[in-house]
Amino acid sequence: MAVTIAKERWTSKVAEMTLGPKGLKVGGESTLPFLHFEGEMPNRPVTALEVFDMEPQDWPDILKEPFADVLNDPVAWAKKVVEYGADMVALRLMSAHPDWKDASADEVAKTAKAVAEAIDVPLIVLGCGVEEKDGQILPVVAEALEGKKCLIGCATADNYKSITAAVNGYGHSVIASSPLDINLCKQLNILITEMGLPLDRIAFDPLVGALGYGIEYAYSIMERARMGALTGDKMLATPIVCFVGMEAWKAKEAKDPDVPEWGPQADRAILWETTTATTFAIAGGTIFILRHPESMKRFNAFIDEAMKPNAY
Amino acid sequence: MGLTGLEIFKQLPKKNCKECGQPTCLAFAMQLAAGKASLDACPYVSDAAREALDAASAPPVALVKIGAGEKAFQIGNETVLFRHDKRFEHPTGIAIQVSDTEDVKAKVEKINKLVFDRVGQVHEVNMVAVANDSGDAAKFADAVKTAQDNTAYPLLLISGDAGAMEKALEIAGANKPVVYAADANNYEAMVALAKKYEAPLVVKGSDLNNLADLVEKVVALGYKNLILDSGARELSKVVADQTQIRRQALKLFRPFGYPTIAFANNDDPIMESMYASTYVAKYAGIVVMNSAEPQHILPVITLRLNVYTDPQKPIAVESKIYELLNPGPDAPVLVTTNFSLSYFCVAGDTEASRVPAYIIPVDTDGISVLTAWAAGKFTPETIADTVKKLGILEKVNHNSIIIPGGVAVLSGKTAELLGCEVIVGPRESAGIPSFFKQRWLNK
Repeated sequence: MAVTIAKERWTSKVAEMTLGPKGLKVGGESTLPFLHFEGEMPNRPVTALEVFDMEPQDWPDILKEPFADVLNDPVAWAKKVVEYGADMVALRLMSAHPDWKDASADEVAKTAKAVAEAIDVPLIVLGCGVEEKDGQILPVVAEALEGKKCLIGCATADNYKSITAAVNGYGHSVIASSPLDINLCKQLNILITEMGLPLDRIAFDPLVGALGYGIEYAYSIMERARMGALTGDKMLATPIVCFVGMEAWKAKEAKDPDVPEWGPQADRAILWETTTATTFAIAGGTIFILRHPESMKRFNAFIDEAMKPNAY
Repeated sequence: MGLTGLEIFKQLPKKNCKECGQPTCLAFAMQLAAGKASLDACPYVSDAAREALDAASAPPVALVKIGAGEKAFQIGNETVLFRHDKRFEHPTGIAIQVSDTEDVKAKVEKINKLVFDRVGQVHEVNMVAVANDSGDAAKFADAVKTAQDNTAYPLLLISGDAGAMEKALEIAGANKPVVYAADANNYEAMVALAKKYEAPLVVKGSDLNNLADLVEKVVALGYKNLILDSGARELSKVVADQTQIRRQALKLFRPFGYPTIAFANNDDPIMESMYASTYVAKYAGIVVMNSAEPQHILPVITLRLNVYTDPQKPIAVESKIYELLNPGPDAPVLVTTNFSLSYFCVAGDTEASRVPAYIIPVDTDGISVLTAWAAGKFTPETIADTVKKLGILEKVNHNSIIIPGGVAVLSGKTAELLGCEVIVGPRESAGIPSFFKQRWLNK
């Protein structure tokens, strides 16, 4: 008995973003994740590993170990990330945080420039997470990185104006971040496009939670955003950034070296990060910012399989 | 499914006999349409009408009961493709496979230990799958007996040999194991066995077309207690087939109106765990794995717990004293609501700060800080009641509590009610580490 394959006729697609010196393309899908039988996923989901501009204070040993000799040298660390095979480097300007070194915009911009010069993959630059401070430093960073086609964030409802203007002026793309609400995601995308930044230079971050810590909220927001994008809602049709590493490595299940009933830490921690990532991949995530190189390797092996054709 | 009360009413005897408990046939029809009554309550319905109504009122995905006793569970009855459209109804059953060529008792004992506690709730795997890898009927029967003697979990019996299955069912049949599987070559014998023991039967196709064919043949033999396997084993094909089967079921294509089984088995346990998690989110009724190691199973169980929560119902944590990082009498006391995400954010960021602390979630029916404040559920009174009831101020030596920055306005009245200092914390939990650094440790 022949089964009539049920295919959705999507009318629209996700914007395609181009990043970095070699023009890495992300997004652009015209179907739900990995449903190759009814549409195109022209670009596979991409990965970045995080680099801090100062030694991270709260990373567990298992996470520091692959970078043990470079934790104090962001340039060497970034090169190592490229060696590990990341599609991109995600530089986090932690030193600008008022609690840490309260580094100035010029200081962090210098570091960002040095890192960008040392690599040939696209650079993602992330602020310190304090909205006011990021609103000050990221425009200066954007200027220093002119022409590098970086992805810069995070812009929030409170600081997007200064960041968007600089990102637009110096030829970069922006990460728009809003807390776990599809309408807020959409609203910020609208505000940013109203400043003249084209939609294909915006990626949104719905503030994801890790496996076991509210992952289902961002999961459903991504599914809804993808449905919206494919049915013509342009303001939801941007690539989605997933800060997986940052969230997964907060979880006890990843960090705690010694809980016998959960089994040895090595596989458990890696699986906490990869499962968080693969779950967002099947919901519509596009850019995956991870921390451990082994998680990235495993995630890519999963994506290799998921990208195989499944036409009927 | 899909029939209106009036359409159902036309098929009823219209005697208004009240024997179904409803005042009229029309009232009964309305209850049927709402899914609140069963046609069995009507003693006079004709066979023809019953058939028409049964077929039309059957859920898009049949409900299948697996096992017997306290570990029995149900799969199916699903109504949506996306959890945000309503919710996923019955969490995927996780089956761990043991081979009849290995030490069955040892592995089953490991499987029995895959029980995890999460915020006071117990989560566990659901089945032991016994595979007839030896090809030997007697060995399979022995393995099934050993498994049954050593676990309370329902069994999944994997053998293509109807003779071996018959012997295994003589041992385990009374406990309603899942019979795997009826294929094109053996379906008549397998259906007869499944019928005899009223056990759920997996129908295994070589692709979707072949699966639909086979289901029709099995249904023609009068058996409908079914689970579907499209035969796909590669990740992208399984995702496609699972999506197709769910989509077709929701369109009421009857051959696919049953729950599914997916096999994540992989020699690489990390790959296997990632596959299993994907199948939990993508519609599998049962997922089968080889690993019985907690580090590979905990992520899958946790994702199942997350994905199968009801998006329309906020999830609450218990309102009690949570002690993080062994707090002493000088540790800060953080007040939040019992919305699980609020609690998890506060707990996660407090742990990240490495400052030992107490967290006190006020019972706000599981809604978040600002929503609960707006709804009058997170008030000076509810905070004060909770703090007093739990006796937290007797455990600390500083007579102070910290409330979320978003409800700073509550601080004065709360301080008055409790006679303690009320410190206004950060608006977002992400600000907790720097709040502790700047405001608490320097105190």
